[in-house]
Amino acid sequence: MAQLATRAKISAAGQPKKSRIVLLLLLPGMIYLGLFFITPFVSLVMTSLQAPVLGGGIGEYQPGFEIGNYAFVTGEYLEQIVRAFIYATVATLLALAFSYPIAYFIAVKARNYPILQGLMLTLVIAPFFISFLLRTFAWKEIFGQDSWLSTLLRDTSIMAQDEFLLGTPMVVIFGLTYNFIPFMTLPLYTNLERLDTALLEAGSDLYAKPASTFWKVTFPLSIPGITSGTLLTFIPIAGDYVTASRSFLGSPNTAMLGNVIESNFLRIQDYPSASALSVMLMAAIVVLVSIYVRRTGTEDLL
Amino acid sequence: MATEFVARGADLELVGIRKEFPGFVAIEDLDLKIPAGEFFALLGPSGCGKTTTLRLVAGLDSPTKGKILIGNKDVTADKPHERPVNTVFQNYALFPHMSVLENVAFGLKQRKVSDPMPKAVDALKLVELEHLAQRRPTQLSGGQQQRVALARALVNRPSLLLLDEPLGALDLKLRRQMQVELKVIQMEVGLTFLHVTHDQEEAMDMADTVAVMNKGRIEQMGAPEALYERPKTIFVSKFLGQSNIFVGDVAETNADSVSINVAGSKITVPTKRAEKTTGKIAIGVRPEKATFHEDQAPAASADLNIIGPGEIIDIRFTGVSNQYLIDIPQIGKVTVFAQNVGKSPVTELGAKVWVSWKVEHSFGLSDLSADNGEGK
Repeated sequence: MAQLATRAKISAAGQPKKSRIVLLLLLPGMIYLGLFFITPFVSLVMTSLQAPVLGGGIGEYQPGFEIGNYAFVTGEYLEQIVRAFIYATVATLLALAFSYPIAYFIAVKARNYPILQGLMLTLVIAPFFISFLLRTFAWKEIFGQDSWLSTLLRDTSIMAQDEFLLGTPMVVIFGLTYNFIPFMTLPLYTNLERLDTALLEAGSDLYAKPASTFWKVTFPLSIPGITSGTLLTFIPIAGDYVTASRSFLGSPNTAMLGNVIESNFLRIQDYPSASALSVMLMAAIVVLVSIYVRRTGTEDLL
Repeated sequence: MATEFVARGADLELVGIRKEFPGFVAIEDLDLKIPAGEFFALLGPSGCGKTTTLRLVAGLDSPTKGKILIGNKDVTADKPHERPVNTVFQNYALFPHMSVLENVAFGLKQRKVSDPMPKAVDALKLVELEHLAQRRPTQLSGGQQQRVALARALVNRPSLLLLDEPLGALDLKLRRQMQVELKVIQMEVGLTFLHVTHDQEEAMDMADTVAVMNKGRIEQMGAPEALYERPKTIFVSKFLGQSNIFVGDVAETNADSVSINVAGSKITVPTKRAEKTTGKIAIGVRPEKATFHEDQAPAASADLNIIGPGEIIDIRFTGVSNQYLIDIPQIGKVTVFAQNVGKSPVTELGAKVWVSWKVEHSFGLSDLSADNGEGK
């Protein structure tokens, strides 16, 4: 009897009690995930499988299992789906090319000048003080048909009289890049800030020219920063529906996946198609990101 | 094995080097020549300009004025990657994203040396780490990382190897062990080593020549024994070991000795061991060269300096020796070391004693006070 009692005590003090605390600690996170991720996600998947009500009006659907919705949207919107991923890739690469030197300068070159560093970091995030809708709208003015920029380009014959800036892929990609540059710059900065400059000195001491020190030392060490930066830009850009919309910098020729989802939800009121597209966007991003993260060897980011 | 690495070191010559940083002068005016194949130590307190000197030689900083010659070739304008110099950095600066082997092969690959990998493996064998070639540097202990850093520098067979306090991060036991290993490797490969350190024992232990640096200048340079036995400035006498210093006006000069008067006591130094023989001068003696006498003063003699009586105010047992601090009225505190051989005079605090040492052990200094408070 006594032995049994001790054993019970031991087990009560050991494993089971511990795991109960672990469960308790996990609970808030689980509830959060359940409420704000699982529930909307399940609802989204169910909506994506709905079927139209026979003889019903616009926007009337009933629960169903219409796998065909997916095939339909893929066929119907393949162009916008592909475009979204191409634009996102190009804009992410441009943001990286633009952000890396800035982040490097702030984090490494300006390391001994804290005031300059602070000032430049503030400048990087300063655009956030203005709503991104307003900023995109401002660009719309600049690229507008009769703007000084368009006039200048026409007057100098760089652009034909009947050409427009607005609505072109170039301007849309520009807008996407512009809007997401801080999301690339900041993770790169945090990474490069930890770069030990003694390693760069070691590189040059070991006969590496500045360029090869960069490619052999700085760049590989900054890959975690590049990965988190590209994830933070690529994912939102792939789903962006503002920049490429006709109300802002885009045209029907530049519509992306996000614009199609938006119009299906809000204008056409084809909820199943909109949901199916959303689910596909999510799945595609998860697949792409997993491959990418595995290849760059930064699994700990997921 | 070792023959594989033998490359002749080259002379290093610094001519009139001056280095200014915004707000201060790190090196005032430095002339230095290190012959090929020598193990040379730059010794000094932190902030004395020794690391700056090393960085100038490596090319990581450029001098405000002056010339740097390696093997008689002016390299002052050369970038670090163009200089035949390699550095073992203070915190090793191993590349964390590469294996130990890749770290060691880095320099060879950059110079496009053929067969870099076998050569890198050989260098790892030299430091006895070939079994850890595939590890990452972070998986190694401090001593192992230090050896990788050494192999990474040595494998390039530089004309000149710079060591920036490479042993500073190691604990005492490992440091002593690495000192021996470094010395062995240096003799084996025959390269010129320029070693920067603030540890006087390390410098004396390893180097053929030691230069003591203070405030951006070299105060004294020479073999460790010469520096210790015959320091020329107060700073050197106190930075390299301990010294008792007495200052007084020259009272008597004859053919081979100079005497000063310190509060009535006569302290004599052989002329050939004195930097200055007129006016007010400082004479010193090492604590282990002095002895003390109880009860009565030793018999006066021309080859003996005697001061006292004074009172023992502190006794410290340090293992190999006892350290006595004796306060002599008007002269000041004098330290005496007595070997702990079991027959040291039985003394206690407050005992009245005289201190004496042989005249030939005195050294006359060129200045009267150290212009840097770092020495004890």
